Amino acid sequence: MTYLPYIIPSYALGILVPGGFGVAAFLRMRRAARRLAAIDPRRARGGDARGRDTRRGDAS
Amino acid sequence: MTVASLASAPIAPARRNLHRFANPGRFLRLAGRVLPWLAAPGVVLTAIGIVWGLFFSPADWQQGDAVRIMYIHVPAAWLASAGYAGLAACSVASLVWRHPLADLAAQEIGPPGAAFTALCLITGSLWGKPMWGAWWVWDARLTSVLVLFFLYLGHITLIRAFDNPERGYRAGAILALLGAVDLPIIKFSVDWWHTLHQGNTFSLTGAPHMYITMIYPLIFTTLGFSLVFAAIVTARLRAAVMERRIRALLLARAEERVA
Repeated sequence: MTYLPYIIPSYALGILVPGGFGVAAFLRMRRAARRLAAIDPRRARGGDARGRDTRRGDAS
Repeated sequence: MTVASLASAPIAPARRNLHRFANPGRFLRLAGRVLPWLAAPGVVLTAIGIVWGLFFSPADWQQGDAVRIMYIHVPAAWLASAGYAGLAACSVASLVWRHPLADLAAQEIGPPGAAFTALCLITGSLWGKPMWGAWWVWDARLTSVLVLFFLYLGHITLIRAFDNPERGYRAGAILALLGAVDLPIIKFSVDWWHTLHQGNTFSLTGAPHMYITMIYPLIFTTLGFSLVFAAIVTARLRAAVMERRIRALLLARAEERVA
């Protein structure tokens, strides 16, 4: 294939750019979730890490 | 109508629905549920489209195998424009309705949008060199997409340039709305000017100017990239909401200690 030097970098970037952003976003989300779980007082009182106080049955 | 009746007037349903997800807890739960349904099909569709486009779709009678770059270039170009349209929509929601998550969403759309625009420009360049004999030409389509890339960079910079984040969000929203003028210019540039870039392959009224076996992998990669992009933005926004809560909690603790 004459055009391989153009096709391969295109596909490599097409995989690396979304893949890199996806992995970075996932890691950032996991890091934030862990940190929030560690410091959120509502979790310590029995709620979950996302700001929901489960003691009151708060759905919002 | 009295002031009291105005105050108790019901909120319009559209606005009420829009603001339902302004609640961070509700948004986080919804985003957590939606995220796997965006990411998993996105990755699968993209993988199928890439393998199909690279190994099984036919070569073009004129361009040969170089046409396979299209399966990356076209979805990237679509998402460059669609991402910016999303940015502009968030800016409207921020400026008009003061939606609390709209500013964060605009902030999180910017970097992946810029990356996909760069991907579009680079793959276009890699496609242009063997076909046109040049890495770059100051063609109306290419130039308007380059302007879009600079708009993304400007938005990313501006939104983070102020000590007061609210001022940054507002300035970014105004820039995003002004920059939205570039979107129709990108779309119609190949009709309004004589360009080296080819004309529109797809239209609402006519048949596509492409062989059907090339359209299928293109649909797969376009859908797959779109879902992956949505998953990336959702994950970034989810992280940003949690980080905002972390900052608020740490600030409250610091204030408690000072008091």
